[in-house]
Amino acid sequence: MDQIVDETALAELRSIMGDDFQLLIDTFINDSEQRIVVLQQAVNENNAELMRTAAHSFKGSSLNISAVKLISFCKDLEDRGRESRLDGAQDVLDNVKLAYDEVKNYFLA
Amino acid sequence: MDPDAESPLKILIADDSNSDRLLLKAIVQNQGHTPLLAADGLEAIALFQQDKPDIILLDALMPNMDGFDTARFVKANSGDDFIPIIFLTSLNEADSLAQCLEAGGDDFLTKPYNSVILKAKINAFSRMLRMHITLQAQRDQIAENNMRLINEQEVAKRTFDKIAHEGALNLDNIRYQMSPLAVFNGDVLLAALRPNGNICVLLGDFTGHGLAAAIGAMPLSQTFYSMVAKGFTVKDVIYELNLKLKEILPVGVFCCATMIDLDFSAKSLEIWCGGMPDNYFYHADSGEITAMPSQHVALGILSAGQFNSKTHVQMMHNDDRFFMWSDGIIEAEDAAGDMYGEQRLLAVFDRNNNASTLFDDVNDSVAKFMGDTEHSDDISIAEITMTDKFDTSDLEVRTSADIATVAMDWCFSYEIRPTTIRASDPMPILQKILMDIPGLRPRSGELFTVLSELYANALEHGVLKLDSKMKKTPQGFTDFYMQRSLRMEQLNEGFVRFDLDYRGDDQGGKLLMRVVDSGEGFDYTNKINNNSDENNYSGRGLHLIHSICKSVEYVGDGNQVEVVFDWHR
Repeated sequence: MDQIVDETALAELRSIMGDDFQLLIDTFINDSEQRIVVLQQAVNENNAELMRTAAHSFKGSSLNISAVKLISFCKDLEDRGRESRLDGAQDVLDNVKLAYDEVKNYFLA
Repeated sequence: MDPDAESPLKILIADDSNSDRLLLKAIVQNQGHTPLLAADGLEAIALFQQDKPDIILLDALMPNMDGFDTARFVKANSGDDFIPIIFLTSLNEADSLAQCLEAGGDDFLTKPYNSVILKAKINAFSRMLRMHITLQAQRDQIAENNMRLINEQEVAKRTFDKIAHEGALNLDNIRYQMSPLAVFNGDVLLAALRPNGNICVLLGDFTGHGLAAAIGAMPLSQTFYSMVAKGFTVKDVIYELNLKLKEILPVGVFCCATMIDLDFSAKSLEIWCGGMPDNYFYHADSGEITAMPSQHVALGILSAGQFNSKTHVQMMHNDDRFFMWSDGIIEAEDAAGDMYGEQRLLAVFDRNNNASTLFDDVNDSVAKFMGDTEHSDDISIAEITMTDKFDTSDLEVRTSADIATVAMDWCFSYEIRPTTIRASDPMPILQKILMDIPGLRPRSGELFTVLSELYANALEHGVLKLDSKMKKTPQGFTDFYMQRSLRMEQLNEGFVRFDLDYRGDDQGGKLLMRVVDSGEGFDYTNKINNNSDENNYSGRGLHLIHSICKSVEYVGDGNQVEVVFDWHR
């Protein structure tokens, strides 16, 4: 099974952020909740461009937080948005949500 | 401390992702820089205009205004400043990377952000920024220096034009071609009349270019005009010019020169030439040319002992012409870099059959040869023709008086005490001061007769207490001077003071000179009465002073005398 976050990268992140590490995580969680809402809206409305940009941003933040599994699902959504392949997008979004919940639980545990 | 991280930079971070922005802010802060935070392109532009960041980290996809438009705006509005833009991208976006470059991006930073890589990029741009600032400062400095150089040349040119005025160059028998800025090519052409009506012309060519070449032209001109006007000969002037230039010019800088003296009465030409190309002498009767080569080393090289100021004198009939030029004409280059050379010059003279167009023919030939090259006005050439003596009275005569602004109202007190009295004569110092008074110079002889006499009286009778009666017999006269030198040697007290009071205007002036000594004085009523005795040696001085000065008055105990000297200009 894929790991949820890259522990080595996370250690690096902790040393960069110092006391602000928890603020970074809180901000990430706050941003992510909003992005999931936007992504769900994009899928509902069949809005490929909205899906692409929201998934792109989500992917970027996930990269920085080294949430490995989440990154790949976001990238899948972004690619589909770019190529306007909206069939099955809901399935991928569900995977994104799942992966996100894992990340959230990892940090809140 | 990292030696590469010099002064902290202002780094603008534009990213709509709150967590990404937070991370970049932490990285930038950890490296000692100041982060400025923007959540979209519009905020980024506002901060760019307000805070002038040094480097911009820019996310491509942002709401309101994206990173591409933001980058374009920044690049279009940063003038001469270099503001590096680093685009923030995710991996695997090769297609959008090109778009970032096209919008003006200078570099990329990919997610996940790596603090070491960002640090390396910031440091690299920081070095570029410092270099850019240095380059700009140097560029501005160069522009400023160039402006100053041009200003200085203009000032120098104005000063030079005052000193090396046209002189007699506008006489009908002189034709010349000189660039208005010739002095900065080192070329100088001077012409002046001697008191006997002869014309002296000097063409000089200093080594070098620019101010360095022009600097020697000032003393050269000043000495030339001053000496020629006083009637000095070519030999004297050349000797003095060499001495002066040798003294002031640095080693390696010298002045090639040709100087001639045209005697209209004797129909002769006297020439001294050092280091110049052959001058040409055109014989009106035969139409032949004689080359007159340089016989000497240029001015400013040899010491007075080695220098040879020997001149050559030859007949010069009416309508004979003398041509002089600097090496600019021989070395004039055409567009291909070929030199004009003496052969072409000689050919012009060969072809010519009308002497009056020779000067123009030479100039035309050189101009045609050079074409439109940038040095086409660097040619210095002069033609002097022998004519009958003509009226030169309308020539402008300049004196130093129209340049000098002098003190008109002052007083001066100079007191000398035993050490000075024993060691030196006060006259040169007084002379230096008094000879600056306008209009007094022509009467300097009389003036210093008076001053010397008054000083002698103050010193001998006042300070040294010698009895003037001693000088009445020839034997006493000798004794007097023996005593004088004895007492001088032993002198250890006393003084002589000169009080000079001058008031003048442009009409003339009045100089009051008071000489005070430390002696006991004398019965001047009695002494002046005795002056009628013609055999009284000691009285003769006073007699003389009376005849020169407007008034002579002894004051107090007779150890003070006041004389008034006045004059009209």
